[in-house]
Amino acid sequence: MPSSVPISVTVNGSSYDREVEARLLLSDFLRGELGLTGTHVGCEHGVCGACTVLMDGQAVRSCLVFAVQADGAELQTVESLAASEDQLHPLQTAFRDAHGLQCGFCTPGILMTMVPFLEQNPHPTEDEVRLAISGNLCRCTGYANIVRAVMLAAERARGGPGDAQSIEPRGVPHSQEAH
Amino acid sequence: MSGRYVGQSVSRNEDARLLTGHALFVDDVRLDGMLHVAFVRSDHAHAILNSVDVSAALERPGVVAVYTAADLGDYWRPGPLLVPPPPIEGIVFNQATQVPLAKDRLRHAGEPIAMVVAESRYIAEDALADIFVDAEPLDAVADLEAALGPDAPIIHPQLGTNLAAHVVQRHGDYEAAKQGAAVVVSRRFHYDRGASAPIENRAVAARWDAQAQEMTIWDTTQAPIPIRNGLASMLGLMQSQVRVVAPFVGGGFGPKIMMFYPEEVLVPWVAMKLGRPVKWTEDRQENFYATTQERGQVHDAEMAVDADGRILGVRDSFFHDTGAYDPYGLTVPINSQCTLLGPYDVPNYEAEFRAVFTNRITVTPVRGAGRQHGVFVMERLLDLAARELGLSAAEIRRRNYIVQDDFPHDHKILFQDFQPLVYDSGNYRPALESALELIGWDAFPAEKAAAAAEGRRLGIGVVSYVEGTGIGPYEGARVTVEPNGRVRVATGLGTQGQGHYTAFAQIVAEALDVDVASVNVVTGDTREFNWGTGTFASRGAVVAGSACHAAAMKVREKVIEVSARVLNVNEGEIELSNGTARVRSAPERSITLGDLAMRANPLRGAVAPGTEPGLECTAYFGPDRGSTASGVHAVVVEVDAETAMAKFLRYVVVHDCGKLINPMLVEGQVQGGVAQGIGNAWFEKLVYDDNGQLMNASFADYLLPTSMDVPDVIMAHRETPAPMNTLGLKGVGEAGCIPTGAVFAQALEDALSDYDFEVTEIPLSPNQLFELLRKAPRRAANPNPGTEAHA
Repeated sequence: MPSSVPISVTVNGSSYDREVEARLLLSDFLRGELGLTGTHVGCEHGVCGACTVLMDGQAVRSCLVFAVQADGAELQTVESLAASEDQLHPLQTAFRDAHGLQCGFCTPGILMTMVPFLEQNPHPTEDEVRLAISGNLCRCTGYANIVRAVMLAAERARGGPGDAQSIEPRGVPHSQEAH
Repeated sequence: MSGRYVGQSVSRNEDARLLTGHALFVDDVRLDGMLHVAFVRSDHAHAILNSVDVSAALERPGVVAVYTAADLGDYWRPGPLLVPPPPIEGIVFNQATQVPLAKDRLRHAGEPIAMVVAESRYIAEDALADIFVDAEPLDAVADLEAALGPDAPIIHPQLGTNLAAHVVQRHGDYEAAKQGAAVVVSRRFHYDRGASAPIENRAVAARWDAQAQEMTIWDTTQAPIPIRNGLASMLGLMQSQVRVVAPFVGGGFGPKIMMFYPEEVLVPWVAMKLGRPVKWTEDRQENFYATTQERGQVHDAEMAVDADGRILGVRDSFFHDTGAYDPYGLTVPINSQCTLLGPYDVPNYEAEFRAVFTNRITVTPVRGAGRQHGVFVMERLLDLAARELGLSAAEIRRRNYIVQDDFPHDHKILFQDFQPLVYDSGNYRPALESALELIGWDAFPAEKAAAAAEGRRLGIGVVSYVEGTGIGPYEGARVTVEPNGRVRVATGLGTQGQGHYTAFAQIVAEALDVDVASVNVVTGDTREFNWGTGTFASRGAVVAGSACHAAAMKVREKVIEVSARVLNVNEGEIELSNGTARVRSAPERSITLGDLAMRANPLRGAVAPGTEPGLECTAYFGPDRGSTASGVHAVVVEVDAETAMAKFLRYVVVHDCGKLINPMLVEGQVQGGVAQGIGNAWFEKLVYDDNGQLMNASFADYLLPTSMDVPDVIMAHRETPAPMNTLGLKGVGEAGCIPTGAVFAQALEDALSDYDFEVTEIPLSPNQLFELLRKAPRRAANPNPGTEAHA
């Protein structure tokens, strides 16, 4: 059996000491060892971004990091964002209000990419948001509502009206026909 | 019934669980003692399998078992034919369905050969390298036409041919009609393969509880009930002993409905055999090789039009690539054949196809399911005819729409549900005019000229499509008012992000006048609901939604009946309001639905003859035929002729899916569909070489559209209610992606009108467009860009 390496990590504020194989991916460590299955695995080659977590405050792809590389690090996963389903993080609330998710599989990775982005850039333009999520693949939404959700969260953080419709209204004409 | 809840953009009940990471996906299932699976897969597209030596793998520490086809005994058998061939006169159909593990022949790269079961996935994958596969490569069949040639290697020797099916459908007399034509256009069109590429790969986990004699299977399937029924039969169990759970599923798009994937058959069997829970999760590379694909077709098509541009008839003959096996029957090519007709009145149609076995991965429906191909062919033929006649793209369509007093419209051929292709309703021309207005059609020549003055090339396109949706056979739902006042809704289909937990809740909330958030919907768990088919063909909201409505209306009747008794008034005096039943003339006399649910199930005297306890009803909905959604896509693209890069500047979708349950969800479906359509048209092509090897099986090589590639779609809804169901619903799941290739092709040609070239293939790519332009003779440039036929 491959030899094991001791590591100590802090994940979502809790400390863990574990013996892991040197080849164990951080994504598999979080999901398999710690049971934090909110971090999703979509491609295991660093393209889709579904497995994004924060390592010492920076967004990283946990499928491209070995668990041993996280030794001593402070990690945050999607589970850290909300105290409960009734007390969502403002970004999570914005995603719900703007319909920024469909199947929701890519969503944890997008949230964990956008949390530090918004901290660093609280007044983003739409183009900046598009660029910031361009490394995260979403197959369901076509991205428009993800962008809208991030803009909405930023607007609310600034004390804006915070109405989902206030972000670039689509102006949907609606006609009914008798038949 | 636009109402308090139905027709409103209600935010989703399921979102909090997904956003917090609490939602269960199949790969999240973790059970004590769970074993993990990896598969040895064929490196060859076509080979004789001589032997498989697994002895070294069995010696590896942590490996629990290794199985090959020989180890499966009687359990080894080809999968069922999921959809039998339709009853079309003269049809030829040759059945060859996939097997759990290859026995003596390998028919596509990625076909499973051996299954390793180990204490961890890491060990299981280590052991793959220990297994020696002795295979003798054969020439592979990759080309559709060559597959039917006299020298082609035969993929299924027992059939003696690579022909999987031959189908001719016709109405009218095309040849006679053609005699009167002013213009006849004909071309060959290619449509090639793409991947469904959900971000969640497939997964199956299984636990056999020997004490309870119960099997639980977690499966990323779109059709949990058929999977349960089939696996129960294979495993020798009663259906009631098998529970299939399709929990949250990370995108479906078609290929997550199959019967059966080899892994679905094997994982439960191993769990039972070893008495330990077992899980297999597909990795991304496997998803490219082991999950079904779609879209390979080659069409030879011809259209005859009169001098006014009215269609006299269409003839289409195509080859359809079914891949190595044909478990899904003819759903995809029949959809192509039928959907080609679009929203147009085509008095004479002669349509023929040959489905062909190739050494490529098996084909089953992918979002759109053959419809794209038909729409591409038809819309391209209209564009060609319009050009010959000097008509604009808009005008030739306007002249050919089925008119509104011609519904139901019978195309006199059979659709995928074996019912006549009859459009229930539609109103096409206003959708076109709306799309033209939204895209800025009339002002576009000036816009194009202004851009040209800056050295930029713009092109515009507009196309139409229909989408047969909401087909049978049926779905069901059970609605229960719980004593705590919450309402529970259970249905049998699976959900993959469409928002069923909310849309169905809205329908039930409307019927019972309760808050949407107080309605808990459960889908995809056979323990919760025993009957149904699955999520496909844009049918979930239409068919299961109608069943939810029917069940809720029955509960409503019961609420009225019981509350009238409790409140001692006539039933006509009762009204429902915000979770209570009350007396219309004296609203202070009321009872909550929760209390009523308890009163409906007392410990004494609950059930009088002919009545049932509780506030619970089950209902089913089975439409005779599907309902036909429709729409128009219009785009403006910008193209750089030197680099062949193209960009969507504006994207308009005007669509008609009947009554909207939740406009926000519908818009999400359309926007996401357009993103997949753009991928299909411009980014995504599964590249096979002549040996049947897939050359781009990773997300680094197979490009999905990103946030930089997909425009914010401008949408308008039209609502022509479906007469087929009470709520007037039509499906919308595939509308966004069906006509994208066609509209993109037209817009490219418009932007590059000084090049003598035609787009007759999808997917395109910047590389391929570059090649087309490089070979294209230059026409004399129009001195006044923007003055082409345009009205």
